[in-house]
Amino acid sequence: MSTREIKDLTRRDYQYGFVTDIESDSAPPGLSEDIVRFISAKKNEPEWLLDWRLKAYRSWLEMTEPKWAAVSYPPIDFQSISYYSAPKSKTDGPKSLDEVDPELLETYKKLGIPLHEQEMLAGVAVDAVFDSVSVATTFKGKLNDLGIIFCSFSEAVQEHPELVRQYLGSVVPITDNFYAALNSAVFSDGSFCYIPKGVRCPMELSTYFRINAANTGQFERTLIVADDGATVSYLEGCTAPQRDENQLHAAVVELVALEESNIKYSTVQNWYPGDKNGKGGIYNFVTKRGKCAGRNSKISWTQVETGSAITWKYPSCLLQGDGSVGEFYSVAVTNNYQQADTGTKMIHIGKNTKSTIISKGISAGHGQQTYRGLVKVLKGAENARNYSQCDSLLLGDQCGAHTVPYLEVKNPSAHVEHEASTSKISEDQVYYCQQRGLSAEDAVSLIVNGFCKEVFRELPMEFAVEAQKLLGVTLEGSVG
Amino acid sequence: MSPALTRNDPWVERFTTLERTRSQEPAWLQSCRQTAIDRFAELGLPTTRHEAWKYTNVAAIAKETFALAPADAPVAAEDLESLRVPDLDAHEVVIVDGRFRSDLAPASSTALPDGVVVGSLASALTNGDLESWLEQHPDREDLAFAALNTAFFQDGVFIRVPKNVVLDRPVHVQHWRTADDRALLATPRLVVVAESGSQLELIETYGGSGESQLTDAVSEIFVGANASVQHVKLQVESSRAWHVAAILARLERDARYASHSISLGAAIARNDIRVRFEAEGGDTTLNGLFFATGEQLVDHHTVVDHRVPHCTSRELYKGILDERGHGVFDGKVWVREQAQKTDSSQTNRNLILSRDAIIDTKPQLEIYADDVRCAHGATIGQLDADALYYLRSRGIAEAKARSLLMRGFATDVLTAIASEPLRAALERRLLERLPGALDLEGDQ
Repeated sequence: MSTREIKDLTRRDYQYGFVTDIESDSAPPGLSEDIVRFISAKKNEPEWLLDWRLKAYRSWLEMTEPKWAAVSYPPIDFQSISYYSAPKSKTDGPKSLDEVDPELLETYKKLGIPLHEQEMLAGVAVDAVFDSVSVATTFKGKLNDLGIIFCSFSEAVQEHPELVRQYLGSVVPITDNFYAALNSAVFSDGSFCYIPKGVRCPMELSTYFRINAANTGQFERTLIVADDGATVSYLEGCTAPQRDENQLHAAVVELVALEESNIKYSTVQNWYPGDKNGKGGIYNFVTKRGKCAGRNSKISWTQVETGSAITWKYPSCLLQGDGSVGEFYSVAVTNNYQQADTGTKMIHIGKNTKSTIISKGISAGHGQQTYRGLVKVLKGAENARNYSQCDSLLLGDQCGAHTVPYLEVKNPSAHVEHEASTSKISEDQVYYCQQRGLSAEDAVSLIVNGFCKEVFRELPMEFAVEAQKLLGVTLEGSVG
Repeated sequence: MSPALTRNDPWVERFTTLERTRSQEPAWLQSCRQTAIDRFAELGLPTTRHEAWKYTNVAAIAKETFALAPADAPVAAEDLESLRVPDLDAHEVVIVDGRFRSDLAPASSTALPDGVVVGSLASALTNGDLESWLEQHPDREDLAFAALNTAFFQDGVFIRVPKNVVLDRPVHVQHWRTADDRALLATPRLVVVAESGSQLELIETYGGSGESQLTDAVSEIFVGANASVQHVKLQVESSRAWHVAAILARLERDARYASHSISLGAAIARNDIRVRFEAEGGDTTLNGLFFATGEQLVDHHTVVDHRVPHCTSRELYKGILDERGHGVFDGKVWVREQAQKTDSSQTNRNLILSRDAIIDTKPQLEIYADDVRCAHGATIGQLDADALYYLRSRGIAEAKARSLLMRGFATDVLTAIASEPLRAALERRLLERLPGALDLEGDQ
């Protein structure tokens, strides 16, 4: 394939870049105890949650930004960020879709998730987060009948304070890391989900996050609890409008899986990656962790990371319960000047615990990508089993792919395997496809999709289609 | 360097007191040493807060106050004999506590082809041979122990093989550490220059009997265009001693370098092995075999720096951990932007035999070029239950079957060593230590 073609294709503009003009109810830029109190008061939070936030804020002050990741960016001025913004219409509290700001609905339409259609067609309940406050929730009634709680985080704080209090911070403590502490202090909203004992959630739960108001850091907080024997599949997808200034996104996701329960968490991440010169783009510094607290519980992370200027993300599993299982499936794409330092941690604590890691990295343009993973088998974890596979595909001679696995084993009965490879698409493969009448572009797309197949297979149907589209948009034909 | 640090660090203080001795040395060496001690003052002894020393705690070394090992320590003939490889026709040189001892070398070690130098590093320093070779490896900057060696080394070995000379006998450098009541530091330094088209087989054996002795070795190896160096290092120091070593190799066009590191001794053994390709067509093999038992810790850190196109690297490290043994492996394959057509593979396999053993492994790929083939793999596990069952179903008792499998696992690394007597000697050294492995001998 010609170099010109490659350049044309990799220079394609971000397709989902648009700004919805809605007046925001924002806090002044800067972070102080007053801002933390302001956010808490704005959301009418109980005393214990304010104390929790303040504790997090105070420990954040003592911490320093982590520097070990293989990413570089200008220093972030945490005092220039506005820590709270809510669409104005929130005060009215829309009861149904009709009451939702039509401009908002239009935004979702552009994103390809028309709410009212979705309600009927897809069987997916969407707790749509527009900036920081949830504005619409569907399918609530159906879920209610089963005793499933699925609502915005602020709603959960008001209506189920005992559950929130019991589990909040139980997987990611406030002092866990710099960005988790920051999130704990200023988190605005997010989703809360509780599946009661023995209930299998009948539909995929999904949330779309978007960053909208300029200069507003998004600090989402998601908490999912699956009680004994419960099963849930949760989808999270995001696209963000085009911006010139870097925006900080520091989310925290906590999953708690009790005895015999099963949580599947899927993400398609397509935040604005910056333009082709590396200007702008989202800084995505996320802490995601799941705790398999109960016997035979299972947590599975699947992610497709195509966006963000910088991704710093390690969805992890604490395999505490005997016989618990952790899985991590990831496709990460970096193009232009994107940087991604991503991977997972599998901490084997209980007996007969198992983990699988499949990571596929694709680098193009000037993209730099690092897989950084930890597999740790503690002394008491009899018969722990881990298999890791990390493959990287390089498209172009300016990009980089790095693999940094840490394997730490303290138990003799453990079986830990790690494999990694790095290569490019061979000319022979493309030639073979072309010979059979495919264009070079289609051939590359086919090969890349094949490369990622093991991960896409893990995605729920709705996402698998979107993921392949995204991959196409970001990369299609950028190889020769 | 901060003045406060200079005053407080015992090593820097010691360096200052040795100023008079150093004034006899050539100016270039004095400046080398000054740069090194400045660098050491800046780095300090590593702690577990350093990423490269995350799993290897050298607090025990930092606590001890070392004196520099004196010259001419008496050494028993049987100790030296224990370092030799039976039936191997080699050119042997003896280093005791870091000093070249021509008085102890066996009589057979005299005849060398014309122009080949195998001699004391101290004498090479005075006749100016070394200025263009010493401290010429750019990737040593972060190695605190290597800086310490440069600041304090007194002697070692200088090997030079002239253009197109093929040494048919290997050079065997035998290092011995004597026992002493005091904690002593020995700083052997090896400089090996294989000029273009030459061939050298180098064997280094490190042994010793003392407690609380620290060996801080640095080997600098220059492989000229189309030259070949085979380097086998066997480390069997006392299990109460500490061994820290750096092997720094630079490869010119179409050069070949193979390193085999067999680490069986010392309480803490740390090896930093770094290979740098300076020109296209280079080929390197890094093999390693380590066994840690009791309270031993064995740590290998390797870096292969692919900075030019068309180079090949192969790496295989195997570890066996028993009792409270702790194994660490950190291998980095670094493929720079311009290093297209790199072909690299790296494998690390570990066998854990006991409940209290620990293995930490970190195989890394850092790749900036696209037209490359790079793969790595790491495994941690036990003897294969199916293989055990197979052997038992053929009437082999379990203990014996285990020994057989363990032996197969370990000796696999040694097959790349061409010299038959050497391979047999290494195998024997290993089997002596592996639990139950020698029971097999009678049956064969």
